[in-house]
Amino acid sequence: MRAYLPDYHLRAPKTLSDALELLAREPGMWRAFAGGTDLMVLLEFGALKHKNFLSIRHLPELRGIEVTPEHVTLGALTSYTEIQRDADVRREFPLLCAAARETGGIAIQNRGTLGGNVVNASPAADSPPALLVYDAELELVSASGTRRVAYRDFHTGYKQMDMRPDELLRSIRLPRTTGDLHTYYRKVGTRKAQAISKICFAAGARLASDGRIRDARIGLGSVAPTVVRCARTEDVLRDQTPDEATIKAACASLVQEIVPIDDMRSTAEYRARVAANLLADFLSTLKIDGGKSDSA
Amino acid sequence: MSDEEMSREADVRCTVNGTTHTLRVRPMARLLDVLREDLHLTGTKEGCGEGECGACSVLIDGELVNSCLVPVLQVEGAQVQTIEGVTAGGAELHAVQQAFIECGGAQCGICTPGMVLAAVSLLAHTPQPTDADIRHGLAGNLCRCTGYMKIFDAVVRACERAGVKA
Amino acid sequence: MQTEIVGKPVPRKEGRSKVTGAARYVDDLSMPGMLYGATVRSPVARGRIRAVTFGEGIPWDEFVVVTAKDIPGENAVALILLDQPYLADGFVNHAEEPVLLLAHEDKHLLERARRAVTVDIEPLPAVFTLEESLAGKEIVWGEDNVFKTYLVDKGDVDEVWAQPDLLIVEGEYSTGAQEQLYIETNGVIAVANAAEGVTVWGSMQCPYYVHKALLKLFALPPERVRVVQCETGGGFGGKEEYPSMIGGHAALLSWKAGGRPVKIIYDRAEDMVATTKRHPSLTRHRTAVTREGKLVAMDIEFVVDGGAYATLSAVVLSRGTIHAAGPYTCPNVRVRSRAVATNVPPHGAFRGFGAPQSIFALERQLDKVAGAVGLSPAEFRRRNFIREGETTATGQVIREPVDMAGLLDRAFELTDYEAKRERFARENAENNSTQKRGIGFASFMHGAGFTGSGEDYLKSIVGAEADAEGRVRVLAASTEIGQGTNTIFAQIASNALGLDYDLVEMAQPDTGNVPDSGPTVASRTCMIVGKLVESAAVGLRQTLQGAGLLTEEYTQDGWREACRQYVERYGALKSFSQYKPPPGVHWDDEKYQGDAYGAYAWAVYVAEVTVDTLTYETRVDDFVAVQEVGKVVHPILAAGQIEGGVAQAIGFTLYENVVWQDGRMINNQMTNYVMPTSADLPPIRVHFEEQPYQYGPAGGAKGIGELPMDGGAPAILNAIEQATGVRFTHVPLMPEALMRGLNENR
Ligand SMILES: Cc1cc2nc3c(=O)[nH]c(=O)nc-3n(C[C@H](O)[C@H](O)[C@H](O)COP(=O)(O)OP(=O)(O)OC[C@H]3O[C@@H](n4cnc5c(N)ncnc54)[C@H](O)[C@@H]3O)c2cc1C
Ligand code: FES
Ligand code: FES
Repeated sequence: MRAYLPDYHLRAPKTLSDALELLAREPGMWRAFAGGTDLMVLLEFGALKHKNFLSIRHLPELRGIEVTPEHVTLGALTSYTEIQRDADVRREFPLLCAAARETGGIAIQNRGTLGGNVVNASPAADSPPALLVYDAELELVSASGTRRVAYRDFHTGYKQMDMRPDELLRSIRLPRTTGDLHTYYRKVGTRKAQAISKICFAAGARLASDGRIRDARIGLGSVAPTVVRCARTEDVLRDQTPDEATIKAACASLVQEIVPIDDMRSTAEYRARVAANLLADFLSTLKIDGGKSDSA
Repeated sequence: MSDEEMSREADVRCTVNGTTHTLRVRPMARLLDVLREDLHLTGTKEGCGEGECGACSVLIDGELVNSCLVPVLQVEGAQVQTIEGVTAGGAELHAVQQAFIECGGAQCGICTPGMVLAAVSLLAHTPQPTDADIRHGLAGNLCRCTGYMKIFDAVVRACERAGVKA
Repeated sequence: MQTEIVGKPVPRKEGRSKVTGAARYVDDLSMPGMLYGATVRSPVARGRIRAVTFGEGIPWDEFVVVTAKDIPGENAVALILLDQPYLADGFVNHAEEPVLLLAHEDKHLLERARRAVTVDIEPLPAVFTLEESLAGKEIVWGEDNVFKTYLVDKGDVDEVWAQPDLLIVEGEYSTGAQEQLYIETNGVIAVANAAEGVTVWGSMQCPYYVHKALLKLFALPPERVRVVQCETGGGFGGKEEYPSMIGGHAALLSWKAGGRPVKIIYDRAEDMVATTKRHPSLTRHRTAVTREGKLVAMDIEFVVDGGAYATLSAVVLSRGTIHAAGPYTCPNVRVRSRAVATNVPPHGAFRGFGAPQSIFALERQLDKVAGAVGLSPAEFRRRNFIREGETTATGQVIREPVDMAGLLDRAFELTDYEAKRERFARENAENNSTQKRGIGFASFMHGAGFTGSGEDYLKSIVGAEADAEGRVRVLAASTEIGQGTNTIFAQIASNALGLDYDLVEMAQPDTGNVPDSGPTVASRTCMIVGKLVESAAVGLRQTLQGAGLLTEEYTQDGWREACRQYVERYGALKSFSQYKPPPGVHWDDEKYQGDAYGAYAWAVYVAEVTVDTLTYETRVDDFVAVQEVGKVVHPILAAGQIEGGVAQAIGFTLYENVVWQDGRMINNQMTNYVMPTSADLPPIRVHFEEQPYQYGPAGGAKGIGELPMDGGAPAILNAIEQATGVRFTHVPLMPEALMRGLNENR
């Protein structure tokens, strides 16, 4: 291990209010430590800059999946395994389930948390594109209260987000208004498991009875400094029939809207082209069967 | 709080393979190192330290995890099972272990403890796995020797055995 | 007598200890007073060392520090040439070259100290690719950047080009570096001081290589150096030469520390960035063929990138050169080959050892030639397969029945190849599905044992001993690295003596206790060393019979009784056997002509793929490996070897891409250098044909270890060509490259 262990500190505050109080007392001093599947990797490489952490894994307020008539609310500590095992989530939020199933391997799915995935703010994270499609809302708590942020406004730049150092992510809330979306999920990461996405594509749409697209939603990972919801391309699709001309226009718009880069995992050219191919594939499944499409 | 106070060690109480321990440890130490160095349970292996290979797999409260990614503080109050705990009592091998020997599931053996635990965990959750279930269930455990085929055979044989017993 | 044991899937000797976690690998060992060692490495690829600075905040006086000045003997890793230093002395030739060693008992502090050392280097121009090296962009080794050249010359290639009515087909092919990615990283423990000499325990394939290197490094006589192999978590060639380096480093630290044990275990990132990989290669083919599809000439240029030092490149090049023309009959063959220097960490042994590279090129080229002649790839090969009595490129007369066409038939039958080939062609053309299918194959051979006179030079020795209870121990330096050495040697010995398998054990490879049976490489363990095991075992029986203690026919109890009496009367019962070449083997090292290998394994591999034109990803749907390997000693172990090798070949072809920047691997994590998981591989179906080799052990075994690495890449790319219509020429074929290829060919 390349980190100097004695430099690091990890505490487990007894209650949520203890944790929030510590965070408030010396803002920036402590950071949350959930499943550790992102943080421990940085520690291994000696690249974990922050030194003091509060383990939050045991805090019940951050756990559990709650279902009300309007929302399904996932505690920040919900693991990928828990997501897949939950019948409501499976039925109503297949994109999130698909993402969870394709995250890491079983051991990562058991340990990694949805909250950690969100706050880690990797542009290559796999659940956020799904959360974007579902118009997720985040609930942030601090000693001074609770506030809600629309997830699509949360990430403000590469690894930057609308969250104060004294705040914790408590939960992720999904409106139960998307059960009838035609959905499409595709993670592209060279291999089938334990892969970091080169592209992560999540989309949903509704067709009106006249065959026009009513509500298109496209969430993408690994094509910009943050995960993105492609609003301009969604505008291009709105009220169009998904015919060839529409598909062409949408793909053209998509490659304009995203800003992929070359890195050691892939190329900008590949990312743009595959994103467009997947969009075209998604739209053509809408056209052909008009029914529920597959979630890879 | 002073710096000294902060980097102090902590006591962690947990059960490893059925024995309860109180460990004086640095809270951020990897469970992997505590098992190998403090408890001398060297059956748990390190292949990468980054959660990719699964050689360090153990079960915490019955769930498969990578012990290289778990800070020891987080096993407070937990039940940890390592490969040494799979062979209960020492004499009789677990059906999965027996099947690994018979089917050629272990070659160099370095991935084997983790792979056995992944298989044990898979069968605990999915007693009659399909080929796809097996492939998915073991995908976090890399093996460079076998190409996995003999490992799949072993898992199938282990659950056939279990089926016969049941 | 007991029933036949050869060919039976007996339980692996160390199977139980491996499945229970009891097996002890080097990192599982600890010694009193042990220190941990770390390596400070060069930050740049080539340059002059100006200064080494030790940063603030580290109690340096607590550290053991070793530089080139501390080396008691010669500062060179003894292998083929003596050009590679243990520690850079004033000059570095590749990124991550070891400059300085540190040891401390606290491994966390050690790591902090390692990071606090700054090596200041005046950078010099460097070459990073084989092309740059060939072009002489900068001379970085010797006079011309060339480590080694070979010329194989059969007939007269130059005479052919002008002949009328021939088709001439050219092609250029290349392969990338590949990381061995054994799951156990390199590691050793050493104890060394002037009084007791040097002992190294570690993860390794070749204890006597390390032994030889330590003799030079410490200027000690052989009896003062001892090397012990621990349970080894995979090698694949990656632990052939490198343990000499890391073993030497740990020993130097221990020596300086007055004999305190020193352990060095690389973490994954260091292992990937600093140790050897498969040689990248470039092959050019020019093939002349008649309109009927008979090969007339093959002119082949084969170049491998050896990295910064000579290491084993000459031998890798040799194997690649000899396999470059494959299992075909061709009257005129010329192979010109070179291993060149670049400023990257030395490339080294990796399963197949040059052959996968040159076979990839050949098998891609032959599909192209077949197309040019208007024959199917299969029909074209059928017309040119080598047969008994015909000669290879080196002029070796094949004296054994070889039936490549039969292997091809079998492979095609198992895969329904012809029907699928036809169906995929139709479906790809007809429907506009985003999923394109293809099926392809490769036919090839792989020589077992050292090349040419290599085994003659090695003169390997194996011993066997029996105790008073009649238990037999095989004494050999051949290592168990997962491939099953312990098990097959015990089978061979028990078979030779008619004893129970359980009565035979392997001694731990320890140069203090076992003779030099040669390195565990080159698919030689079963065929060459196994034969010696057999004769050493037979020697025990003959000794007992010579002493009048054992009758011609005997029972196991009779054997035990004879051993008891022998040991009582004469003491230890041991027998040794040394390699002797089979009769009639000739090899000319100058001309590179003659019997290159004692025996070959022959194979046809078929791959079926789907290419997704949305993501440009290729999935291998089915893989069939048909081979003739002589007598199969252990069906499960043998199939396991093939399956594992095929999996590595699939990785080499579609997944494993070393990303270089200024001569350094930058994706040196398992997250970013991606090997196949259990979810990625197709069913790998293995079939053996058995044609006993008359000089092989246990009724005629040959070697199989490297063979399965050879056929995957060309078979898969041949299949992708059917799926996409694009003639790809480089592996790894990553989706990004496949995309470019598809677009360019639209
Ligand atoms: C082998 C491996 C494979 C992986 N595969 C994938 C993959 O396929 N797809 C993918 O998207 N990710 C993958 N990951 C990354 C990682 O597993 C996920 O991002 C995971 O969801 C992180 O959750 P965690 O609880 O482990 O986070 P931690 O490591 O505990 O924390 C991550 C970050 O989030 C912060 N944080 C965590 N919880 C909270 C909270 N409640 N409030 C405020 N801040 C918080 C932490 O301070 C830290 O900055 C992989 C990781 C590994 C090691
Ligand atoms: S060592 Fe923990 S996953 Fe590789
Ligand atoms: S048996 Fe060697 S890595 Fe799996």
